[in-house]
Amino acid sequence: MAKYLCPGCGYQYDEALGEPREGFAPGTIFTALPEDFFCPDCAVRGKDDFELVEE
Amino acid sequence: MHRFTTQHPDKGEITYQDRKRYLWLVSLLYPLVALSGIGLYYLTDNQWLFVVPLIASYIGVSVLDWLLGEDRNNPPEELVPQLEADAYYRWLPILTVPMHVLVLVIFAWFISSHDLGVPALIMLTLTAGLYSGLGINTAHELGHKKPALERWMARIALAVSGYGHFCVEHNRGHHRHVATPEDPASSKMGENIYQFACKEIPAGFRRGWQCEKERMERQGKSVWHPSNEVLQSYALTLVIQGALIAVFGWIMLPFLLVQNFFGWWQLTSANYIEHYGLLRQRKANGGYEHCQPWHSWNADYIASNLLLFQLERHSDHHANPTRRYQSLRSFADLPTLPIGYFGMYAIAMLPALWYRVMDKRLLALPHIAGDFDKVNIAPGRRAELEARYAGVSAQQPAAQEA
Ligand SMILES: [Zn+2]
Repeated sequence: MAKYLCPGCGYQYDEALGEPREGFAPGTIFTALPEDFFCPDCAVRGKDDFELVEE
Repeated sequence: MHRFTTQHPDKGEITYQDRKRYLWLVSLLYPLVALSGIGLYYLTDNQWLFVVPLIASYIGVSVLDWLLGEDRNNPPEELVPQLEADAYYRWLPILTVPMHVLVLVIFAWFISSHDLGVPALIMLTLTAGLYSGLGINTAHELGHKKPALERWMARIALAVSGYGHFCVEHNRGHHRHVATPEDPASSKMGENIYQFACKEIPAGFRRGWQCEKERMERQGKSVWHPSNEVLQSYALTLVIQGALIAVFGWIMLPFLLVQNFFGWWQLTSANYIEHYGLLRQRKANGGYEHCQPWHSWNADYIASNLLLFQLERHSDHHANPTRRYQSLRSFADLPTLPIGYFGMYAIAMLPALWYRVMDKRLLALPHIAGDFDKVNIAPGRRAELEARYAGVSAQQPAAQEA
């Protein structure tokens, strides 16, 4: 499971944890997130901007 | 004085003293401004003094902006984590939230239990709305933060004026689409505040509900599920305002409708002035560039920024929405308003004056330099505006006129 970082605010999307508040269950891989996924914390950065930080 | 300090491996000791630290305490005194008209009435028996808080807000704050001047002080980046972690700053906006509920109840009680003329009723109702609108601004500060406590307090503050969708609409809708023609909460050149409000207010209700509906559906829940945060705030409104009607009678119905609307109007005023005419450019792939510092209008006046938890440092807010008010920074050479937000709210209500103050200032911004392709223009107005402002271009340094 990989982790992806929002370069704007430091939010991390951890595939193992998902983002249940946003409706993405634990284990949801990053590439499976909708194309219009935006950072749940800052909403400034979108899916394209996220950086892979940990395989 | 309280000092923040840290040891930096290269720069040595870094210290910062927040000159506004104790000034933020005045946020706890605003209920007294809202209630000052009632206090003066008890002292003088004169119902016209209910106008005092309205004048104090729209004109008094602008006078204070002029007298106290600007604050361009920024905390060093190295000390921002300490500043963000300081519980003192954290609790101040939270503590103002119960006061918004209390003040609404006081106004409701006062109106229902005194023999008042129609002008008095109008002034009191608008004052209640003005103060609830300030509550929407506080909810804005709190609603961007991650802890559950802040987010709950935001929902309570919004419930006072029945604007429970705001935080969802603002964070998910406005921040994503800011300064684009697609954002109903970003105003366009040539659009006056009344035209703007007619679209912005209903579109805000719809977009907030829609964003929350999508979130609930992704969780596999119905939009009516109790964890719907918009619904939670609306439910609180129903409880608070329903109780006021039950206790104080039907006079509450017009009072609440107008006070709610005037609360929303405060937020609409802020939205109107924050991004007027500013436009993000399209990238090669068709999407918009990220919101840049020059896509917001700023002001650095001490008085109005204290009232608004530094909302006027708006460029930094859009770049870093989760940053707390005490760490928002001021930058040179950004789009800057000639006076603080409250004065601009008043000017916005007079469209001819607004265009006079703003249009040339907008066109003279360095990144626009008279190029209408870089302006967010009201549909159908471009040719007319281009003709009117044909003389304003990069050659005329009108940006410096104020
Ligand atoms: Zn982010």
